[in-house]
Amino acid sequence: MAKIDFAIGIGGAAGQGIATPGNILARIFARRGLHLNAYNAYQSLIRGGHTYLTIRVSDREVTNMGDKVDVFIPLNQDTMDRHLRHLKSGACVIFDEAQLTPGEHADGVQVCPVPTKELIKGNKLAANTVAVAITLNLLGVEFEALEDALNRIFSRKGEAVVAQNIEIARGGYDYAEANFKPFPYKVERHGKGLAVVTGNETTAMGGIAAGVNFYAAYPMSPSTGVLMYMAKHARALGILVRQVEDELGVMNMIIGAGHAGCRAMTATSGGGFALMTEAIGMSGMIETPIVCVDVQRAGPATGVPTKTEQGDLWQALGAGQGDYPKIIVAPANQLELFNIIPELFNLVDKYQCPGIVLADLLISEGTTSIDPDALNFQPVIDRGETIFPNGSTDNPYGGYGDNTYLRYKNTESGISPRAVPGVPGHLHIAATDEHDEDGTLVSDEFTNPDVRRMMVEKRARKMETVLAELDAPKLVGPESAAVTLVGFGSTEGVILEAIEKLAGEEGIVANQLHLRWMVPFHADEVTKILSASNKVIILENNFSGQFARYLRSETGFEADGFIRKYDGEPFMPHHIVEAVKAQLAGETTLSVPIHEYHV
Amino acid sequence: MTTITDSMPQTTTQPEKDTFKGKIHPDWCPGCGDFSVLNALQKALFELELQAHEVICISGIGCSSNLPGYMNTYGMHTLHGRSLAVATGMQMANHKLKVIATGGDGDGYGIGGNHFLHTMRRNVDITYIVMDNQIYGLTTGQTSPTSVLGMKTKSTPHGNVENPINPMPLAMVGGATYVARGFSGKQKHLIDLMKGAIMHRGFSLIDVFSPCVTYNLDNTYKWFTPRIKILDDEEGYDPTDFHAAIDKAYQWGDEIPIGLIWKRETLPALDETELVLQDGGPLAYRKLGVTKEQSDALISELL
Repeated sequence: MAKIDFAIGIGGAAGQGIATPGNILARIFARRGLHLNAYNAYQSLIRGGHTYLTIRVSDREVTNMGDKVDVFIPLNQDTMDRHLRHLKSGACVIFDEAQLTPGEHADGVQVCPVPTKELIKGNKLAANTVAVAITLNLLGVEFEALEDALNRIFSRKGEAVVAQNIEIARGGYDYAEANFKPFPYKVERHGKGLAVVTGNETTAMGGIAAGVNFYAAYPMSPSTGVLMYMAKHARALGILVRQVEDELGVMNMIIGAGHAGCRAMTATSGGGFALMTEAIGMSGMIETPIVCVDVQRAGPATGVPTKTEQGDLWQALGAGQGDYPKIIVAPANQLELFNIIPELFNLVDKYQCPGIVLADLLISEGTTSIDPDALNFQPVIDRGETIFPNGSTDNPYGGYGDNTYLRYKNTESGISPRAVPGVPGHLHIAATDEHDEDGTLVSDEFTNPDVRRMMVEKRARKMETVLAELDAPKLVGPESAAVTLVGFGSTEGVILEAIEKLAGEEGIVANQLHLRWMVPFHADEVTKILSASNKVIILENNFSGQFARYLRSETGFEADGFIRKYDGEPFMPHHIVEAVKAQLAGETTLSVPIHEYHV
Repeated sequence: MTTITDSMPQTTTQPEKDTFKGKIHPDWCPGCGDFSVLNALQKALFELELQAHEVICISGIGCSSNLPGYMNTYGMHTLHGRSLAVATGMQMANHKLKVIATGGDGDGYGIGGNHFLHTMRRNVDITYIVMDNQIYGLTTGQTSPTSVLGMKTKSTPHGNVENPINPMPLAMVGGATYVARGFSGKQKHLIDLMKGAIMHRGFSLIDVFSPCVTYNLDNTYKWFTPRIKILDDEEGYDPTDFHAAIDKAYQWGDEIPIGLIWKRETLPALDETELVLQDGGPLAYRKLGVTKEQSDALISELL
């Protein structure tokens, strides 16, 4: 178990400056070698509403926001009223005594009223710095850590600003020392410093590592962070970034660039993905590789733009009419997003098909700490059987001037060497109409059923060998368990933590099977593992059990129970613990945990 | 493994008269205006002494969008309405290629209208040839965005009540920098328009009256021929004078001008404004990945 494990909640109206103190705290802890996970609950507005940032810190990896906060910093009365009663004994609430009034709270909660007005000496912008200073004092972090952080943040604004902020912070720090009771542990340096990243940043960085040199997107929450990261670094890294008029244009444009020979990528959310789907079919039909990241949010239609869901699985499975090969993967966390994108690009280059990444708001906008050494920016880049111009006639897949080149050659593997435009001697047309091996359309004048069948089978045959290249899912935890919890994508960490809690607090032995690769699907491995389980419960962030239904369609396996959440907020460990207990007691087979507070 | 270079390859073969002629015979109706457009494009490329591998023709869907299949160049036959988006990706990824987009009025001005506007605004170096027959042909004769008022089609049996788009002024205010109108019945004239458009650095539109002999019995060769007036013959016409050009662009009726209506050479093409494309040849041929120095800089931002 973790020696250090605490969470800080900061809440207020959008525009009240929650990001900055959150960032200061996250960087201070990560620099001390502590792991963290930050989740920002917010709404689709720029000013007002209610924003609530939870930063959970531990001496071991943190995969979710946990159940309760230890330090609560409300910046307005609304936040105070929403969250105070959910604090546990031993927690503290830090607030401006002139502005806010605490309400009912649990026994043992330390109430820390702060004379903010006196401490900030007229600098209203520094109010949140005072709260940060008090928090750090209570957690036993030495003042120098905050001084260092303030120096970094305000150095651009000149020495006077730095000095004033440090002085104000000092005042808050000393006020806490004199007036409040510190936590019974000290948050000391744990190891080497860690990096702080969001999933959108690791997605962009994964693309950069993969060699993406063409990125196009239309801004759409919660995927826009990828576009912003790419745009910021484009010139320095030689990446062409385009903001396009709509997602129809985005997907068609990256297919144009991918067809030219670039590694081309986009990220969007469900609504944008819906507009892209016809063109994703084109990627399959003309066998042009691209990668599309769908950062899922609560749907349908506009849905809840700033809330999370795993509701696009069937949309991804069904993207584009007709049958064609595509690869779909649902990474479990931010580091996996980074690693999966180069792997997926190698696969789609080899198999000449679209690749879809199912991320979600939880991991894509969520912040985590990562060991910087884990970010390998120089992975293997394998373009498969792609023919680029090399200025000579020794091309391994057919030389210049020979007219025998067949772009869609019916090979044993189904993979046909792909010449990019500009290579002499390899002229061809890539058509979304069904076509013959040389690219000639067979759909117009004299439709040819034999050719149609041959080409459908050629494309489909490519998928036969993909599965063998992928890591098969494995059972995690004790082989024999009362219950096996199954999930996909972003829920892996919170399920694992719930399993620990079940063992530690309830004496219930559970294990875990978590899926990443959706298409192709490891049906045999999954069937084998689940058939040997005592009881199987499938957990997912959607209403209809999209994953459970997909699992059944691929394996015929019927789970014993289901835990689903579709209120826009992610699972917390206790949601899963309580649901599993209820199902083991035979109370229900479908649990829908209630999110206790409104954010 | 593949070898990647940063330049366009050259060959010593000289294009011949039929170099650009594809091996498939067009499946258009006999008498279709698109035959003339196809021939004009093949001749224009030959006269410009381009190599077949340096050219890519990208179309959408529709009768006229079958054109790339009848060319001996690189080609893409994409989705209905999406040719310009695909062509933009292609042009940015390989700005050394001559990118030619082809299609019909429904494909370009209807379902592809949004891409049309934004590709013009960006001034992407694409030659866009629209075979405008004012009807949906491949779906057997429904109204199109350029069908004139009152026109009876299968979807407007009582006469079209919607105003048509006039692509000429639309392209001018949309940001296209080479705006021309041609006619299938004037092939030599069309070849010159195409040559000018292909060599123009920026977005070129050639809207070609390409009569549908099967489904549009209003706007026929017989209807167009007496009305067409070649602009080049008009003394003192200056296609760089916006106000004179917009007047010409709106002209319709008994006299319909064809030729280069508007040209602007003071705007750079999109690829010329992208620093990333200035050195190193086509993006698509460049070595992939980042250096250790570059990735260390990215990581340091996170600490």
